[in-house]
Amino acid sequence: MLKDILSVVQSTWLVFLHLFRKNPTIQYPEEKAYLAPRYRGRIVLTRDPDGQERCVACNLCAVACPVDCIALEGTEDETGRRYPDRFQINFSRCIFCGLCEEACPTYAIQLTPDTELAEYNRQNLVYEKEDLLIAGEGKYHGYNFYKVAGLAIGGKDKGQAQNERAPVDVKSLDL
Amino acid sequence: MAKVTLDSTEYDLPTGANLLQAALGEGIDIPYFCWHPALGSVGACRQCAVRQYRDENDERGMLVMSCMVPCTDGTRFDVHNDEDIVKFRETVTEWLMTNHPHDCPVCDEGGHCHLQDMTVMTGHNYRSYRFTKRTYKNQYLGPHINHEMNRCITCYRCVRFYDDYAGGKDLQAMASHNHVYFGRHEEGTLDSEFSGNLIEVCPTGVFTDKTFKSHFIRKWDLQSAPSICQGCSMGCNIIASERYGKLRLINNRYHHDLNGYFICDRGRFGYEYVNAEARVKIPRLKDDGDFKDLTEDELSTFLSGHIQPGSKLLGIGSPRASLESNFALRTLVGSDNFSNGLTQRDSDLMSRILAIRAEHPANNASIRDIEASDAVLVLGEDLTNTAPRMALALRQSTRNEPMESVTAMRIPEWSDKAARLATFGKSGPLFAATPRGTKLDDVTTAKVHGDPVDIARLGYAIAHALDAEAPAVGGLSEEESAFVTAAAAALKGAKQPAIISGTSLNEGKLLDAAANVALALTQQDKPAQLAYVAPEGNAMGTAMVGGMSLERAIEAARTGDYDAVVIVENDLYQNLLASLADSLFEGEITVIAIDHSMGATMDKADLILPAGAFSESDGTLVNFEGRAQRFFQVYPAEAAIQEAWRWVRDLMEFADQSQANEWQTLDDVLFAMEKDVTSLQGVAEAAPLAAFRAVGGKIPRMSRRASGRTAMQAHIEVSEDKPAEDPDTPLSFSMEGSATTPPPALLNRYYAPGWSSVSSLNRFQDEVGGPLRGGDPGVGLIQSPGDASVSFYNHVPEATRLTDGQVLFLPLHHVFGSEPWSASCPGIQARSPGPYLAVHPDDAGKWGLEEGDLAKIALDGRDLTLPVQFTPSLKAGTAGLPVGFAGLEGASLPTAAAAPTRGIES
Amino acid sequence: MIPTEILYPILLVYVVLFGLLTVAGLLIWVERRSLALWQDRWGPNRLGPLGLFQLVADIIKIFTKEDWIPPFADRGVFVLAPTVIFLAVIFSASLIPVAEGLAVFDVNVGVLCFLAFSSMGIYSVVLGGWSSANKFSLLGGMRASSQMFSYEVFMGLSLMGVVMMAGSFNLNDIVAAQEKYWFILLQPLGALPFIFAALAESHRTPFDAPEAESELIAGFHAEYSGMKFGMFFVGEYAGVAVMSAMIATFFFGGWQAPFPNLFPFLDVIPGSVWFGLKTLAFILFFILIRASVPRPRYDQLFGFGWKVILPITLLNVVITGAVVLATQS
Repeated sequence: MLKDILSVVQSTWLVFLHLFRKNPTIQYPEEKAYLAPRYRGRIVLTRDPDGQERCVACNLCAVACPVDCIALEGTEDETGRRYPDRFQINFSRCIFCGLCEEACPTYAIQLTPDTELAEYNRQNLVYEKEDLLIAGEGKYHGYNFYKVAGLAIGGKDKGQAQNERAPVDVKSLDL
Repeated sequence: MAKVTLDSTEYDLPTGANLLQAALGEGIDIPYFCWHPALGSVGACRQCAVRQYRDENDERGMLVMSCMVPCTDGTRFDVHNDEDIVKFRETVTEWLMTNHPHDCPVCDEGGHCHLQDMTVMTGHNYRSYRFTKRTYKNQYLGPHINHEMNRCITCYRCVRFYDDYAGGKDLQAMASHNHVYFGRHEEGTLDSEFSGNLIEVCPTGVFTDKTFKSHFIRKWDLQSAPSICQGCSMGCNIIASERYGKLRLINNRYHHDLNGYFICDRGRFGYEYVNAEARVKIPRLKDDGDFKDLTEDELSTFLSGHIQPGSKLLGIGSPRASLESNFALRTLVGSDNFSNGLTQRDSDLMSRILAIRAEHPANNASIRDIEASDAVLVLGEDLTNTAPRMALALRQSTRNEPMESVTAMRIPEWSDKAARLATFGKSGPLFAATPRGTKLDDVTTAKVHGDPVDIARLGYAIAHALDAEAPAVGGLSEEESAFVTAAAAALKGAKQPAIISGTSLNEGKLLDAAANVALALTQQDKPAQLAYVAPEGNAMGTAMVGGMSLERAIEAARTGDYDAVVIVENDLYQNLLASLADSLFEGEITVIAIDHSMGATMDKADLILPAGAFSESDGTLVNFEGRAQRFFQVYPAEAAIQEAWRWVRDLMEFADQSQANEWQTLDDVLFAMEKDVTSLQGVAEAAPLAAFRAVGGKIPRMSRRASGRTAMQAHIEVSEDKPAEDPDTPLSFSMEGSATTPPPALLNRYYAPGWSSVSSLNRFQDEVGGPLRGGDPGVGLIQSPGDASVSFYNHVPEATRLTDGQVLFLPLHHVFGSEPWSASCPGIQARSPGPYLAVHPDDAGKWGLEEGDLAKIALDGRDLTLPVQFTPSLKAGTAGLPVGFAGLEGASLPTAAAAPTRGIES
Repeated sequence: MIPTEILYPILLVYVVLFGLLTVAGLLIWVERRSLALWQDRWGPNRLGPLGLFQLVADIIKIFTKEDWIPPFADRGVFVLAPTVIFLAVIFSASLIPVAEGLAVFDVNVGVLCFLAFSSMGIYSVVLGGWSSANKFSLLGGMRASSQMFSYEVFMGLSLMGVVMMAGSFNLNDIVAAQEKYWFILLQPLGALPFIFAALAESHRTPFDAPEAESELIAGFHAEYSGMKFGMFFVGEYAGVAVMSAMIATFFFGGWQAPFPNLFPFLDVIPGSVWFGLKTLAFILFFILIRASVPRPRYDQLFGFGWKVILPITLLNVVITGAVVLATQS
């Protein structure tokens, strides 16, 4: 009993002593915290090393999103390269969980260490593709999905991807 | 039943069935690729391996392919218990995947891919193969099928379906061993009307839907509802899917008695008109020859000026419109002022079918009944073009008779390769009398080509050959007599003979002749199957609703003192000669047209109201066998679009009819219809009513995985709207609701845990390949009378006699082109042959025509110029015109007219 | 001119009233900042100097918030409840001798009046909890009443030693009696129970079971919003201030300067300042307790009251009585 009471007194004393501790609080707008490169902030769409959009509109980010705040619709250019026609993220719903980034098979969608997204008007938190698309590769360099995919697109015919043999000529005897 | 032990649990499985199929039916996950419930087993992919033990004491067992093992009493297998066998299956997947491209994110199959499912099921997740991958060039396979050969795992299902099952000739497996290629000998459109099924048959993304590709959405994002194909009278069940307000995809919906696992390309690809520019979305009023959009107030001002209590209204329904729309219109105008929209010709034919059905004992055959028949007589119908799904069933039926020898050899029926080898080149009795050769010719035992009356006479003659009481027919040619004798013998010798006829040749005597043959067989205690193909999706239903014909309606509009005429989903110019249809618009009468898209009739109407297309409305269709089936709205319609019956109900308000308030939901209309139309008793039971709730509430139209809910409308308004209400059906326009399996009529998605592809269908059937769990949907409105107190029809028609210089023009149907709405879709258009004049080469010689020449004919007062196409199978003295093609609308065929003359050279 | 004898009491009333309200309001800021400091944070520091205007912002917020009365609530009682706590606290405050002879009511039964007024606050909590027609509120009200019932018993008893030693129920006399030795030295066993009781009376941690956020989501005032919630809120802080003042009055020499024998020069500072400083110290002590002691389980709370504090208090009464009797005779 006495021990219990003493422990209460002791903890009260210890708390009191915190009055003289240094404060870890960062005074935000004046000072800024260091955010690691993999910090989960504003979402961007990146480009592959050739400067083409990485997103292939596979919809995996949208289905991975627990708050369903990603909507997109794919389309194809005349060479068969698929890309999003419309890509919309409703940041007023986004919880920055990063599941979209994890689901993305092409490194297209990435979270960046930018957290300053506040808006006075909620409607402005709806980002369209042109708001999301950046010029660079983001965190993951060098990856080009179409270079490893079997699909033929403009500038890359069948058999020209990494680890591919030339297409089979069905009519030849060279089998 | 056989007692079979699987993983130390004992099951009662059907004796002789293959183990894979039986085990899947018990809910045991065995991965497989080459097997398909409709295609049988070949044991090629080695994926469904299990370990079989010889007896109790056997501990080593042996590796067998479960699809090749019949269930026998007392056998014992390990499926998942044995690590080696599990590892073996994983390795098989790894082999199959060595060359599979890194494509899933850009592959249309991704998300409903059998290969993905099986890879997950077998546990393969890391590719140890370090070498280069094999690649292939793709082929252009037409406007509907996309080819991506890299993805192939050589299961051979495509050629087994396309060639062996559907009788296609232009898709082959080429080259050998590691280079096998599935494609055509050269690029080009796939020829088969069933090529679309390759999309569902292929376990991966080699064959995908090109129309879907142009507006692709993953399976989990599609909002889907069970629907009924509107393309022909078969009433195939389909699943229609939408996203972002656009109809995206049509998939087969299994119905054991009708379409089974397959539908035709008209049904699968002929949906794009729903998204077309020609759609009407806002009520429009003709003003100085141009249409202007109306606001709600303007519309109601106009209507109150034209429809008052006591106004005399004329209603023209449509065999394309749902029962509800037709009935609503009949209620608005009164049954005396109602036309069901069938031409006089079709109306007579349909009444004849209903009359025959009412008194004839022959079984009202479903497609499955046809498929199970072992001798078939086709009178007049070119089934591939008028009822494609039935043609596919017919092709299967020709295997039934040779199959007996296979059974005698003790080869199981499902052992597909062995069975096909044993029956190679043999096909069972199929006798066809048609105007010209058909795509079924390769399996037809004997065929005769002639004009409709010739064919009817043949029918009478066969009946007479079967039963002397039936009227005799004189003056048959030698060829015809031989045909009659052979057909009669085959039908007589069959266990289950079937007779198919229909309305496509516009000859009532054909129907009588078919009924005579069926009666002759029934009286010999044969389970005769009788099927009549009807002209349109709901022709049977509209015939049951009754009403006058189109021609009489136009006559009435001209002579009666009607204030207004209301036309529901009927383009008069498709069915009538333009001169006749025009006369409706010439008078003072106000024409109100309700339809989903612009067309010749809509263009001429005074007021047009936007109706929902099949994907935007609910309704009931009655198919060729009198089966009422409900189709459901897939997505909320945009703008002012609403179901045709709702527009008609809104009109009732101005006519001050009580139904205007009473009819709030589809069910109200259904109940009123059951009360008013005796022949439609029971139609409400075609599907669960709006009040139906599964455990957990309504059936969600969207999948549980549907994405983008808080973002898809965010660019318009960031706060999400509440999902649209659906008062008419037990389905909801969201992902909220029951998570249980809905009743079969409401089944809108094939998905089961671990089974994302169409293969998950096995989880919805009691027995794989059998009826859906809970019974197949729809309700039969026609019951065959049991006793055979009816006598033969005696009016054998006289053979057609033509005066000199005349030729008989026959209607020729085309699966792509004869049905106007599907024909307006670009892909179908591309596969449609275009207008032509089919002539016999001998006749052409007489008339001085060469193939490809432009020939001139005068028909119904119209001068037509058409390219000549030589068709040797036509009977000399007849010529063929494609039905429903541009320039030929409303042609009344068959008709005798002056022989064609040579126009401009090609 | 208004005569001084009328003006003076009126002024006093206003000074005490507004003083109390101002202190209660400021306490919001004091508590947030001091709690923050003990938790290694800064607390409100953005608005005005040292974040003092946060108080203004809070008040504006409370005034402008929707004052919603749940449709299922008992309207009359629901509105009445928050005013009761306020009145109770103001009545108690009016008894406090801020400096020598300076109290709104200088009654000779001041201790009894204080006990009576301060326990009126319970009506507010019980009525608020009941009229909200919400099970969590009701539970909060029930807890408050039973807690008040237990701790009220020895609140009174713990003061009896003080009364015996001072020989008066008058608060001024009690303070005056501490000229030499503060009662904390003479009555440690009376002071401790009183401090516990004071904490319990003002529903401060660790005795905040009636509004336990984690179980009862704010308990009796869960349904309150806007100004009504504000009255509960300010009432609680005013209660804290009054209780601190009472602790100072009863046990820490009230307005008396400390150590009169050792440092007589401290008398230069007026008594009201000493009183204010002492009160502030206890207020901060209350806050420190909140920052460091967790909320005990409900049964532990009562066990502690009945099984530990009550015997101690009784013991104190007996011993004090004996000592007083002995020294007097």
